[in-house]
Amino acid sequence: MASRIIISQKVRDARAETKKIQFNSLNLKGKINDVLVLDSYTIDTNIKSDALTKIASALTNKILEDGTIGKLDLKNAFDWILEIGFLPGVTDNIGTTTKETIEDLLKFKFSESVYFSQIFILSGNISRQEVETIGLTLHNPLIQRIRIKSYAEFVKEKDLEILVPKVNLKSEDAVIEVNLNVTDEELIKIGKGGVVDKNGISRGPLALDLAYMKAIQEYFRSKKRNPTDIELESIAQTWSEHCKHTIFADKLDEIDKGLYKTYIKEATNIIRKKKGKRDICVSVFSDNAGAIAFDDKYLVTHKVETHNSPSALDPFGGSITGIVGVNRDTIGFGLGAKPVANMYGFCLADPSDTRALFRDKNLTQKMLSPRRIMDGVIAGVNVGGNCSGIPTPHGFVYFDERFRGKPLVFVGTVGIIPRKIGKNFSTEKEAKKGDCIVVIGGKVGQDGIHGATFSSEVMDGASPATAVQIGDPITQKKLSDAIVKEARDLNLYSSITDNGAGGISCSIAEMAKECNGCKVELEKVPLKYPGLTPWKIWISESQERMTLAVPKSKWKAFKKLMDMRGVGADVVGEFTNSGKCVVTYHGKKIVDMDLEFLHNGLPSRNLVSKDEKITYLEAPKQTSKDLTKIVKDMLKRLNITSFEFISKQYDHEVQANSILKPLQGRGQVNADVAVIRPVLDSKKGVLLSSTLNPSYSEIDSYKMAASSIDGAIRSVIAAGGDIENLAILDNFCWCSSTDPVRLGQLKSAVKACFDYAVAFGTPFISGKDSMFNDFKGYDEKGNLINISIPPTLLISSIGVMNDAEKAISLDFKFEGDLVYVLGGTLEELGGSEYFKYVSEKTKKEFIGNIVPSVDAVKNMKLYKAFTKCANKELVASSISIGRGGLAVALAKSSIGGKLGAEIELKKISKKTSGDDRALFSESQGRILVSINPKNKKTFEDIMKGNSFTQIGKVSKDSKFIIKGRDGNEIVNAGIDALLTDYKSTFKNF
Amino acid sequence: MANKKVKVLVFSGYGLNCEEETKYAFELAGGDADIVHINDLIAGIKKIKNYDILAFPGGFSFGDDTGSGKAYANKVRNHLWKDIEEFIAKDKLIIGICNGFQILTNLGILPGALMWNDSARYIDRWVDIKIEGKSPWLTGIDTISLPIAHGEGKFYTDTETLKKIKNENAIVARYVKGETCEMTGLSSNPNGALEDIAGVLGNNGNIIGMMPHPERGLFVSQLPNFPYLKEKSRRDGKKLPKYGPGFQIFKNAVEYCARTRLKINR
Repeated sequence: MASRIIISQKVRDARAETKKIQFNSLNLKGKINDVLVLDSYTIDTNIKSDALTKIASALTNKILEDGTIGKLDLKNAFDWILEIGFLPGVTDNIGTTTKETIEDLLKFKFSESVYFSQIFILSGNISRQEVETIGLTLHNPLIQRIRIKSYAEFVKEKDLEILVPKVNLKSEDAVIEVNLNVTDEELIKIGKGGVVDKNGISRGPLALDLAYMKAIQEYFRSKKRNPTDIELESIAQTWSEHCKHTIFADKLDEIDKGLYKTYIKEATNIIRKKKGKRDICVSVFSDNAGAIAFDDKYLVTHKVETHNSPSALDPFGGSITGIVGVNRDTIGFGLGAKPVANMYGFCLADPSDTRALFRDKNLTQKMLSPRRIMDGVIAGVNVGGNCSGIPTPHGFVYFDERFRGKPLVFVGTVGIIPRKIGKNFSTEKEAKKGDCIVVIGGKVGQDGIHGATFSSEVMDGASPATAVQIGDPITQKKLSDAIVKEARDLNLYSSITDNGAGGISCSIAEMAKECNGCKVELEKVPLKYPGLTPWKIWISESQERMTLAVPKSKWKAFKKLMDMRGVGADVVGEFTNSGKCVVTYHGKKIVDMDLEFLHNGLPSRNLVSKDEKITYLEAPKQTSKDLTKIVKDMLKRLNITSFEFISKQYDHEVQANSILKPLQGRGQVNADVAVIRPVLDSKKGVLLSSTLNPSYSEIDSYKMAASSIDGAIRSVIAAGGDIENLAILDNFCWCSSTDPVRLGQLKSAVKACFDYAVAFGTPFISGKDSMFNDFKGYDEKGNLINISIPPTLLISSIGVMNDAEKAISLDFKFEGDLVYVLGGTLEELGGSEYFKYVSEKTKKEFIGNIVPSVDAVKNMKLYKAFTKCANKELVASSISIGRGGLAVALAKSSIGGKLGAEIELKKISKKTSGDDRALFSESQGRILVSINPKNKKTFEDIMKGNSFTQIGKVSKDSKFIIKGRDGNEIVNAGIDALLTDYKSTFKNF
Repeated sequence: MANKKVKVLVFSGYGLNCEEETKYAFELAGGDADIVHINDLIAGIKKIKNYDILAFPGGFSFGDDTGSGKAYANKVRNHLWKDIEEFIAKDKLIIGICNGFQILTNLGILPGALMWNDSARYIDRWVDIKIEGKSPWLTGIDTISLPIAHGEGKFYTDTETLKKIKNENAIVARYVKGETCEMTGLSSNPNGALEDIAGVLGNNGNIIGMMPHPERGLFVSQLPNFPYLKEKSRRDGKKLPKYGPGFQIFKNAVEYCARTRLKINR
């Protein structure tokens, strides 16, 4: 029999107070006078009453809380009860911890679970419908359950009945054969809709098109049999766009070897050759992350991932599994790197947009609102990063209404790994024949079925809800510590990789390449609950798991260590050299495929692209004379404003490695770049930045990519980095990637990546793509709506600097300092934030056509000169000029230092047609700096031969003054007012 | 033996995550610190009695599930209670930082409790604290800036206990408006703590618990206004000190232990 313990708060509870405010802001007719939050633990096993008392005592902090057993005992009258718990089978971290506490306390183990739920007691004059509205803000129906009871119902029933959300899976037929001797039409149906169960229900997308299905048909014909369901599912995972990156791998037009090999990988090859002894790359493109040299002892790794589709359905779950997932890429790099920094980037729709969208025609599946998605993805990285003890010093948010259908969630992790582990190079790993296949970490459930194939599909009503997972950062933290801080250095395993998309079906088959074969006994995989069919066990993406190759002789020691650290570890098979991937289930062979076919059997397609040039409207000449107001308005824009509420809820000080922080100066301005010192007894620093410019894509995707690369490099240079020790990463997030026009844009962008990476000598070390960020759904009236994201390329940069203490912050430091613009200002406002502003003000669409061009040779020369100045510590402040142009950069430096400035545009605006153009042009290759007047000569001597202009001074009064091209004052604002504007937009977030 | 370094045990496991920098801090101060997984103590592989100082570092033990510090404290109480009692009885030093402080209050080793911040949200920022209490950990420290990073850091206790703490001079420090707050315009009390209390002492000051993280302020270069301080010192022709405001706490503890041990041995 299940029992229940309820914990209530004795003192005013901030959680309840915050909820009350939040509920009352929902435009309810009635008012909520009081909210109580109770924590409820349902224990699904027989426990004696004296033991229950002990448990209740252990779960209660006597100073703050009361614990009661059994009945929900409410002394005072109220109006509504609202309970939120998880649906059966959904990861319940608090429940798991409670179970562990109970077992430790009573010193016996039980097989049943403990379930956590939160009970909200509401007092106020509100209707049931309004309580339901409140409920929707508290839970996500895809993963959580809700119970609502009125006071009258509660009194009548005398209690809130104890519910046990146990998984009850009916055992289905273990394995079914899929008949592929069918027509092409049938093949297409299977490829799109998935394997059909005996009861006629299809299992969800395989995302295999006809060419792929025919290749599979042919393979199994040659074997004179049909595939099993699990074989087909396995192939679908391995061949998915998510895993094989077919758009980048297949022939495109005249590019036979595909975009990735021809441009991205080749750029790195050329750079490495050219740099010779100065080559910084150590491990690129071959592992779960890329690695460059840190110093003689260590390498530094970086990897950036996206987690877009899951985040659209469950923003919190999507983003937390994203961040802890990319942490595992770090732990799975080489023999295991230690995560030392996280980064994030969220591309979202305006949170104030309240238009409803639906995934289905009957308008039953409502999409989450932009605000809900924003709150969710922010919270996911908060819990994932903070709980894992990994600092998050860098990140960004970017808004565009085209992210309304699918948000983009970028997550990245930097790691540190010794070059050598004992006598071996840490980057070399190899599973050997006879090694045990070991899976460590969490158990397998139904969560995350079809994640890999799902992300290769357009999102619509058929998108699988089981694709959603919830992360458990503590299970992973235990795993991470046990591997990176202990097992690795004891040399207890020969290879390791992450279980990400496709679960063990991908990780084991991938590692099996190292020795050419594997044999898995699927019944040995630990399960969260009974009843899972083999295909689900094989492809489930249940989180916090890694796969290792452990030599038989070391298994005992490995297992003992994992046991001591509370980490699950099971042998699920053996690596072989049979050339095959074999899976058995209770002795019966259910998968028997050649590895060669599994990995290389997918046919290459010929992709065809088409160029299309659209001419957009140019914004009219300066419409408003009031440039002060425009500057102030620009600072409030979603893409420029402070997002310190995010920076401050992400721990960026843990590991004590923070040097240049996410918020800088007296004014605490969000910076584009961060510096950490990842090895405590080394002076060396690591610089992190990233740039994207999706607003340029539709005009010119080549220049979009060029400016993203220049931007990501420039920010690192501005903070004191050196282009010689700088590497970059690419994350392409595209849309409709089978459309020739979209492929044409992709081709240009990738070509730019090659051209500029080579020109700057900055190698790509890792990358990832997500090619189908399209949404197909319906508006409130049932009209069909297609929303595609703008083609988006995120370039992330990582640099190593010799002395982290030489890092330069963006804030003006002293009055009288000289202010310079380095680099030239042209009239380049196509796709600019200013044109967007003008469009919104005039309710027209002025996208413009002249996107900034990047002159790599010129910029490179300037960056090198700047690095000299930075090394000589001549620069007091510096900031890369990016979105919003010079005016925004100036305002940020002023706000940052809480110091005024007197600026003249005269000297730099010759090539622009108006003051507004000069202020807001987004010309690349520019850095805004301030220097001590005493350093003027030295600084200018070093900068000689580059474009640089002194445009004014930092002033002592806190006035921000800009004089226009004709010498008249065009902007005059107080710093305090600018600071208020800059922080106004997200003030209450 | 007097010539041996002061031995520090830094707890780890189950989501504690500041153990490496805490070990580093004690070693920078001259101690010899071991990171020890709690299960190794439970199994008797390592022994509490072999150490001079116990450190419960910051982190997210058990993900704050069921309340911050509660589950880890239960584990300590279930298995290590006797050892800890003996350790305390010998007047040895214990420190709990952030999650470590939450663990110590849940164990009842330190008075009071830590509850959700008034904002009900996790926050990372720098604060200023003015040292009040009498403790070997706090010798020679006045007002300093340190970072905090927590969701449940609001100190609370009942009136009676508060009175007792005050009488015993057992308030480590209070949040005040100092250099950091002046600079950034932030409020002094970051979480709504009762009477601005940032930490408390136990056992005559031998046990200290605090929400701010001294191990994240070991060097002056970790200060949020370091870029400004650096530029200023350059212009003034002065050299910045190397160590930051958190270092002294560790130095005090290690020196105190070395001294008292010397006395005992004599």
